[in-house]
Amino acid sequence: MLSKPLSLDSGQVLSGATIAYETYGELAQDKSNAILICHALTGDQYVGSTHPVTGKPGWWERMVGPGKPIDTNRFHVICANVIGSCMGSTGPASAAEDGAPYGMRFPVLTIRDMVRGLVGLLDEMGIAQLHSVVGGSMGGMQALSLAANFPDRAARVLAIATTARHSAQNIAFHEVGRQAIMADPNWRDGDYYADDKTPDAGLAVARMAAHITYLSEAGLTDKFGRRLQNRDAKSFGFDADFQVESYLRYQGSGFTQRFDANSYLYITRAMDYFDLAEEHGGRLADAFSGHANNSGARFFLVSFDTDWLYPTAESRHIVHALNAAGAAVSFVELAAPHGHDSFLLEVPALDRAVRGFLDG
Amino acid sequence: MAEGKALRPDLAAIARNISPGTRVLDIGCGDGTLLSHLRDQSQVDARGMEIQSELVERCVTKGLSVVQGDADRDLSEYPDKAFDYTVLSQTLQTAARPDHMLDQLLRVGREAFVSFPNFAHWRTRTALMFGGRMPVTRALPVSWFETDNIHHVTIADFRELIAKKGVAVEGCWFFSGERAISPVGANWRAEFAVFKLSRNL
Repeated sequence: MLSKPLSLDSGQVLSGATIAYETYGELAQDKSNAILICHALTGDQYVGSTHPVTGKPGWWERMVGPGKPIDTNRFHVICANVIGSCMGSTGPASAAEDGAPYGMRFPVLTIRDMVRGLVGLLDEMGIAQLHSVVGGSMGGMQALSLAANFPDRAARVLAIATTARHSAQNIAFHEVGRQAIMADPNWRDGDYYADDKTPDAGLAVARMAAHITYLSEAGLTDKFGRRLQNRDAKSFGFDADFQVESYLRYQGSGFTQRFDANSYLYITRAMDYFDLAEEHGGRLADAFSGHANNSGARFFLVSFDTDWLYPTAESRHIVHALNAAGAAVSFVELAAPHGHDSFLLEVPALDRAVRGFLDG
Repeated sequence: MAEGKALRPDLAAIARNISPGTRVLDIGCGDGTLLSHLRDQSQVDARGMEIQSELVERCVTKGLSVVQGDADRDLSEYPDKAFDYTVLSQTLQTAARPDHMLDQLLRVGREAFVSFPNFAHWRTRTALMFGGRMPVTRALPVSWFETDNIHHVTIADFRELIAKKGVAVEGCWFFSGERAISPVGANWRAEFAVFKLSRNL
């Protein structure tokens, strides 16, 4: 529980917010080896340990652990559930002051509000400056937002497969997901916590649509092609004839087991509102003025050539702004077949780049 | 001064002529040999641009700030006079438009170092004159059909171009293999040339 209330971008104040987090590895006596990992839209604090609901491995176990690129033998890794989410941090499913769940009474959040929550957690831990802040996708947005708004809090900033602003296309896909949830009769204006009729159908469709944006056409073709699911011929019906349909249905229904539909609305809204330049007078370079003349953090941006959700051009846009601000920045576009999700999957070049940057 | 033993002679000449504590952008910085030398020996704020991702990775591992990019396209994104020096070593002859590249070098940097292989070296002339074929020499080891060198240039050509652009030569160094040679007859005798340039407006 944060001892200080959070003043949000909406003007509202969130008091007594809880931040659920996990840590891995020992914190050095001088607290100089802490790495904050920021999670993506549907991620959580279980970056390197088994998820308590699904029983699946942590979402970045291939990157985080003893001897891994983010080596918990050397670093104290912190990963916290963002506010607005549903894995223990305060969000729309949490109880408001009247004891009932917030539902849609929960204040609309921004990425910067999530970062304020994370910085509040670091304050409670007494960590003045992180060795690094690391994040992919929405986690990268948080890493950039932390660097822009709290320039002294991280010595290195690693932002992977991310953007400084949500594009019209990004917002459009999110709106499809939100409309799917709100069109579900079980959604009931977000007030569905009292019984077990939750808007799972809508949430599953939202996840299915979003999941497509995380992959690449070549990746989907490679994995599924036009292959049929457990049958030799088309059914001339609307069953999941194709493997890709079956896969998406499985992804959608699995997601509803672990995620709250209202959290999905709030977090996608925060991402859509994200525009780092707008927050700083419309010029992105000004967002990074706290890092001029080599005095600030070292930045490293990584993009993937098949990521069409946050394409390389978005990372370059950030790099140019950092250069214009005089910040120390590196950038690489890696070749990987998996689209946006490449940051979570087997890409040896990413492992090398992450390890190299944290060591360098 | 502790000269990096591994530094190529043209890079060593550049390193010797960069003042400590300055800001340097090395375009086509490769694995960051010059940049790490400058950072470690001269406390230079050393930045790089490199087109190959594997080489960028190696630079990042050395703690250098290097951006993957194509100089033909991405140099234009840097602000005016963002650096004290820009460096373009053995890359001018691969540029889409070397003349535009020179403009960018002297826009982004107050001064620029440019090194290139001299196409008028006697070996090149001999190979073309007697062989009747595009020269493959120790300075230009790649065949015409697979070389990145799309704009071969001689020292005389280069001097003419910079004179036309009103660019001043602040210094020049010539090499035959590993050996520095005098400017006398350099257009015949030098395999490589290094120029330090400024725009005296």
